[in-house]
Amino acid sequence: MVDVLLWGSLRPFADGEETVSVEAATVGEVLNGLVRAHPGLKPHIDAGVSVAVDGRIISSSLGEPVGPDSEVVLMQRLKGG
Amino acid sequence: MMALDETTAREFKVVGTRPVRPDGVDKVTGRARFGADAYAPGMLHGAVLRSPHAHARIVRIDASAAEAMPEVKAIVTQADFAEGLSGENRNVLENIMAGERALYDGHAVAAVAATTAFAARDALKRIEVEYEVLPHVTDVDEAMKEDAPVVRDGAADASVPDGMHPNVVRYHENGHGDVEAGFATADLVIEERFRTEAAHQGYIEPHACLAQLGPDGKGELWCCTQGHFVAGKICASLLGIDASQLRVTASEIGGGFGGKTTVFIEPVALALSRKANRPVKIVMSRAEVFRATGPTSSASMDVRIGMKKDGTITAGEGVFRLQGGAFPGAPMEFSAMCAFAPYDLENVRCIGWDVICNRPKQAAYRAPGSPMGAFAVESVIDELCNRLGLDPIEVRLKNAAREGTRAAFGPRYPRIGLVETLEAARAHAHYSAPLEPGQGRGVSCGFWFNHAGETAVSLALAEDGTVSLSVGTPDIGGSRASMCQMAAEALGISYDKIRTTVADTATLGYNDVSHGSRVTYASGLATIKAAEDTVDKLCARAAAEWGIDRDAVVWEDGHARPAGPNAGEFEPVSLARIASRMGRTGGPIVGHFEATPEGAGVSFATHLVDAEVDPETGATKVVRYTVVQDAGKAIHPSYVEGQFQGGAAQGIGWALNEEYIYGEDGRLQNPGFLDYRIPVASDLPMIDTVIVEVPNPGHPYGVRGVGETSICPPLAAIANAVSNAAGVRLCELPMSPPRILKALDAEADG
Repeated sequence: MVDVLLWGSLRPFADGEETVSVEAATVGEVLNGLVRAHPGLKPHIDAGVSVAVDGRIISSSLGEPVGPDSEVVLMQRLKGG
Repeated sequence: MMALDETTAREFKVVGTRPVRPDGVDKVTGRARFGADAYAPGMLHGAVLRSPHAHARIVRIDASAAEAMPEVKAIVTQADFAEGLSGENRNVLENIMAGERALYDGHAVAAVAATTAFAARDALKRIEVEYEVLPHVTDVDEAMKEDAPVVRDGAADASVPDGMHPNVVRYHENGHGDVEAGFATADLVIEERFRTEAAHQGYIEPHACLAQLGPDGKGELWCCTQGHFVAGKICASLLGIDASQLRVTASEIGGGFGGKTTVFIEPVALALSRKANRPVKIVMSRAEVFRATGPTSSASMDVRIGMKKDGTITAGEGVFRLQGGAFPGAPMEFSAMCAFAPYDLENVRCIGWDVICNRPKQAAYRAPGSPMGAFAVESVIDELCNRLGLDPIEVRLKNAAREGTRAAFGPRYPRIGLVETLEAARAHAHYSAPLEPGQGRGVSCGFWFNHAGETAVSLALAEDGTVSLSVGTPDIGGSRASMCQMAAEALGISYDKIRTTVADTATLGYNDVSHGSRVTYASGLATIKAAEDTVDKLCARAAAEWGIDRDAVVWEDGHARPAGPNAGEFEPVSLARIASRMGRTGGPIVGHFEATPEGAGVSFATHLVDAEVDPETGATKVVRYTVVQDAGKAIHPSYVEGQFQGGAAQGIGWALNEEYIYGEDGRLQNPGFLDYRIPVASDLPMIDTVIVEVPNPGHPYGVRGVGETSICPPLAAIANAVSNAAGVRLCELPMSPPRILKALDAEADG
């Protein structure tokens, strides 16, 4: 299981939980697992998110690996100017 | 990912040097072709009719008198674009051509194509639009009030808590710990409210494009843009055509800074062209640029920070309300995520509100959202230092984020270079230089994430041994030079043997926009990988000629060589030699790389500013400025320094003078450079720069993006310098003379 830290304003859509545990070996599986656990997260994830894995911010690649001991943080989708 | 010691130990031959830019002669001789330089046979001239009202229902549009003009060949309204769009495409269409309502002063309502530009403008005057003027709101705090006019009902997403005004369209929160418990342990807690006005990116080249779209759905578009692949994708959606049938070519670009990451006139020109069946060119006036393209958001912010007497920050809290014009998208989440990012805090909480107003749709501007957040937080830290008698750099070092620090936005940092920038700033002669009477010194840190994005590169050899490198990221900051350098480094040949071209959308895989400080990182990484792919093919040709295994050949200094004595004795063969025979040894040699790299390292900066305030006029003069920033590895140090200086210069304008001024009628009062004052050379001191290099392990040469972080600290650093010079805390930008005089008067009145 991978523990995924949510940003604060997502927690109402995850029964108030700060961290959600999901079965996942990739970033894509993390996102799918979150939606399965808490369907209310779907519109927020569909709107676009980034995922930080051990401090490395993954903006797009769903196939990036995630380990059971990885620090995984859901983040707002990054943009730039 | 590259091992850090491997990156730092590498000795470079081309990377880190300062060659002449390949586009320099074109730029200084006027030969470079910008957006307005495009022409086509039979070309028509387009012009856009814009709303004079901040908010109005469009009751009726009568274009019959304009249509009767023989010079007029096409008129379009929103009805001429695709139907059934949703999401951001729907917002972009509404922004570039109003539907039922005009949502801001300058909002496009119709467009004309005519045989001359004069006739097109004349035709606009003959289009009758009946408006029903509606109440408007242009201020972020006013727009959140219960009785505020509703800009667009139903624009809010699911994140907004119940009970908020419909103008509040998104909500964000991040942080960790218990801020109230943290404040309870502080020796001093300061809370202030801050405001910043919208500032335009201020690019010198107005938007311009030439479009050609036939009834068969095949088209071409030439435009000044930061991302022609994205521009093509959006235009195809808005026109209802296949993306691959629209070939888009990026012109040279006279500045973008984020403001040219979307489309404004391009879909309009295509719609006019499709209707007239002739090419259509549109060039925006400066007033149109101000009224109808995106400035950055304006902000209203509350920040509270607690500190112990020894300088330890015990808690930080921020509320960031940003308005982004009439559509969702104000980058409040980045204000909230970046504001406390430089610090190692046990207790931090940030909230962001995205609010819509009757203003043009905001567009990205270097590190969107971060400068405003830094302004508020770094100002309060400065005030805490002043009241506790602490050195502002020592306090920042005491609280600085390091590798392993949990960032305010969630993850723990990998290797970062904030401490190195602070130490370099402390050691710089600027920091210990004496100040003259009437002067104050300001310090600020700043942070930006940096980005990577989809990237494709192709690298082709010519038979004479020279190299043609095709990238898909428009060159907005000298990237063609740095791409040539990285290719030269990887291939082992000289810089002047390589030409980098920004390829059109039909000749290269999809590329994300030149934004997010991503080009030197992502296109650079792709260039290195494409060069390595080329080297692999070169070695294979040499191996075949020598009759040995590919693995028995290595590439050194631009030559294929046997890997060791066991590989056999062969004379090294150069890239030029292999290229000259490639037609007979297997055909053309082309290297590729296509991927979405995911290793853009975050970046920090520390700025030092000395400012002098005239208490009689309220005028401010920036007398000394030093930028210290982590670049990971500077490929072309002059361009890195230029990015540092450019960010500081734009920050000086944003801090001291630049602002969108709206009248009571909701109309923009200063849509021109006479009344919207960007800094000119005589306003600026020489901006000193220090490049810190803490390599990014996610890039083969250690690159971190540098284009955006440089605009994160200036607002706060200048505000701290001005406040320390004036003896009163300035909490509202721009710190124009009237605002400084008002603050001085208020201080004098007690």
